[in-house]
Amino acid sequence: MKTPSINTAKAASGIPALLKTAGFNALIALVLFSLMVGVRTEAGSDGQLTYWTRFGEVASLVAAVFGGSIVIELLKQWIGPTGAEKLVPPAVQSGMSFLGRYLAPALLIFTLLVPVIFYDQRYILDLAILVLTYVMLGWGLNVVVGLAGLLDLGYVAFYAVGAYSYALLATNFGWSFWICLPLAGVLAAFWGVLLGFPVLRLRGDYLAIVTLAFGEIIRLVIINWQDLTGGPNGVSSIPRPSFFGIPLDNSDNGLAARLGIEYSPTHRIVFLFYLILALALLTNWVTIRLRRLPIGRAWEALREDEVACRALGINTTTTKLTAFATGAMFGGFAGAFFATRQGFISPESFTFQESALVLAIVVLGGMGSQLGVALSALAMIGGFELFRSLEGYRMLVFGMAMVLIMIWRPRGLIGHRAPTVYLTKAHAISSDLVKEGHG
Amino acid sequence: MDYFAQQLINGLVLGSIYGLIAIGYTMVYGIVGMINFAHGDVFMIGGFIALITFLLLVSTGLTAVPVILLIVILVSMAITALYGWTIERIAYRPLRHSFRLAPMLSAIGMSFVLTNYSQVAQGARVKPVPPVITGGYTLHESADGFVIQLSNIQIVVVVTTIVLLAIFTWLVSRTRLGRDMRACEQDQTMAALLGVNVDRTISMTFVIGAALAAVAGLMYLLYYGLVDFFMGFVAGIKAFTAAVLGGIGSLPGAMLGGLAIGLIETFWSAYFSVEYKDVAAFSILIVVLIFMPTGLLGRPEVEKV
Repeated sequence: MKTPSINTAKAASGIPALLKTAGFNALIALVLFSLMVGVRTEAGSDGQLTYWTRFGEVASLVAAVFGGSIVIELLKQWIGPTGAEKLVPPAVQSGMSFLGRYLAPALLIFTLLVPVIFYDQRYILDLAILVLTYVMLGWGLNVVVGLAGLLDLGYVAFYAVGAYSYALLATNFGWSFWICLPLAGVLAAFWGVLLGFPVLRLRGDYLAIVTLAFGEIIRLVIINWQDLTGGPNGVSSIPRPSFFGIPLDNSDNGLAARLGIEYSPTHRIVFLFYLILALALLTNWVTIRLRRLPIGRAWEALREDEVACRALGINTTTTKLTAFATGAMFGGFAGAFFATRQGFISPESFTFQESALVLAIVVLGGMGSQLGVALSALAMIGGFELFRSLEGYRMLVFGMAMVLIMIWRPRGLIGHRAPTVYLTKAHAISSDLVKEGHG
Repeated sequence: MDYFAQQLINGLVLGSIYGLIAIGYTMVYGIVGMINFAHGDVFMIGGFIALITFLLLVSTGLTAVPVILLIVILVSMAITALYGWTIERIAYRPLRHSFRLAPMLSAIGMSFVLTNYSQVAQGARVKPVPPVITGGYTLHESADGFVIQLSNIQIVVVVTTIVLLAIFTWLVSRTRLGRDMRACEQDQTMAALLGVNVDRTISMTFVIGAALAAVAGLMYLLYYGLVDFFMGFVAGIKAFTAAVLGGIGSLPGAMLGGLAIGLIETFWSAYFSVEYKDVAAFSILIVVLIFMPTGLLGRPEVEKV
């Protein structure tokens, strides 16, 4: 829905109005920051609270708000009223579509080459693995949120189920990664169905809170069931993955020794990189294929209109459950990968913040768009890493960025919510067939 | 039996605090139709502002506890209400006509901002306060020496909640503002056509919700004697659970849900295990929603085609 652009017409013009707006904002900022920033409290060693004042910080924050609102107002006037249709020249449009067509293959080729280009840079390889993990999680959640339109705030639960399935099976029974990976997916899918059953009748925000509650239940059970999961201490010394049975270490029967090349710890990182890339591409491929199957069509129909869906005879129960199970299965795969990469997992990795992050990746990427999800995972995780030096301010900046991006592009960076199938042409039907003339 | 009665009292007190926060969720949901994820953090900000005001007043040498509490409650309500207003203005108003998930994600972002803002501004360590309201009454002493206690702070929490609820109910059902709010809840376009200032009404909803959350923050501070930057998350999702349990959008439902969650938690910790009290609360939410998909007092949703 487009907002009518009536309000923007009366935007402040002239310097006095500008100063008035900025002054008003600065005044509000002064009240907001006066106590929270101006007075710093700290518990002393004897449990007694002490405080000290920081008026300098408040003054600079208020000044920043004053200056910032002047700049924003000026920008608003300079850009002009929003909401007006922006005319894109045809040349740019064709350029964009050209870019759109070749961006995905180019990105894929670049990704395949990343370990070759950055072979010596361990940090970049680790970051790339992290980004790919989130790409996979985003694609998995995309099945539930983007395709089936079911708002899931507890996706991290399936990630946790996958991770703990692999960690516990591998450490207790010594099963190899390649046996545990499908099992982790199956177990996560099973939990997806288990969550799916009670929420079948729920809609919208009721669904959101139940999935959130489910995610918290899983996390709390992991924390408290100490005999099985180790509680807050987590599970450590999880076995590393092997190259189909051949270990990637410095031993005599390791991969390096068998191939007769010199051993390097980077081999394992590169292997992990291609492993997660393969898993992510599997997710993507399965999703794209499923979209063309009746079940994928049913998901999209469910997203567009549940009532119409039911009227057309689509079984909404199985449709919802398969969406939950499919999404959960990919979450489980990603979890198993996470466990084997880290070698150590604890409940701290599976908080609500992770769910919110993955959901943000899906929504910012434009729900339903595979390329958009990949790009926004890159932007979010990469951007998050860029601000690593900010430490405490990192989540602050991250949250602000989330708010600003939502305001700037509410439909996501690459909006793509169009159903896969739709009628291309409106047919005129003879007036004999319908009562009121046109069909 | 005595143990039960004691737990009942504790549960009701905890439930009152949850109920106060839940009202903020349910009001915003009723009018704007969005989950205000930042509301739990507004509650946390309210607690911090109460703590700071309290500290400043004590250091000026003021000793009369009722005067201090009155000033603290007014200051924290006012400033927290301004936080609520600003959050709506910055993060939600531009997205009002956007699609459903956009304001919710913006709210999640805002929640991150508030949590980390108070961590940066006030440090990560837990801030303890000495008990302000002390003393209490012994209601009953059984033969084996078990005593049912009703402390003064528990009385304060429950009485404050009842008074605020009464004021709030009067506000919604009898005043012009309340009528505007109910009108906006039903149909914003129609309300605007009939001369209701929709923007201002929605702003006021956030302001009132934040002010109630500030009182809840103060009560939490007095009752548990501590605040920290992360308390908003857990209290927030509990209160949201309470709002949904009661039927989101329904004001009596929010209070009922809050009391229910408070009682479930307290009884579960008393009779079964403390570790699984949150699991119990969430599980009961799921079970209730299976049989009553719109909560205890929620109106059944009409499916428009």
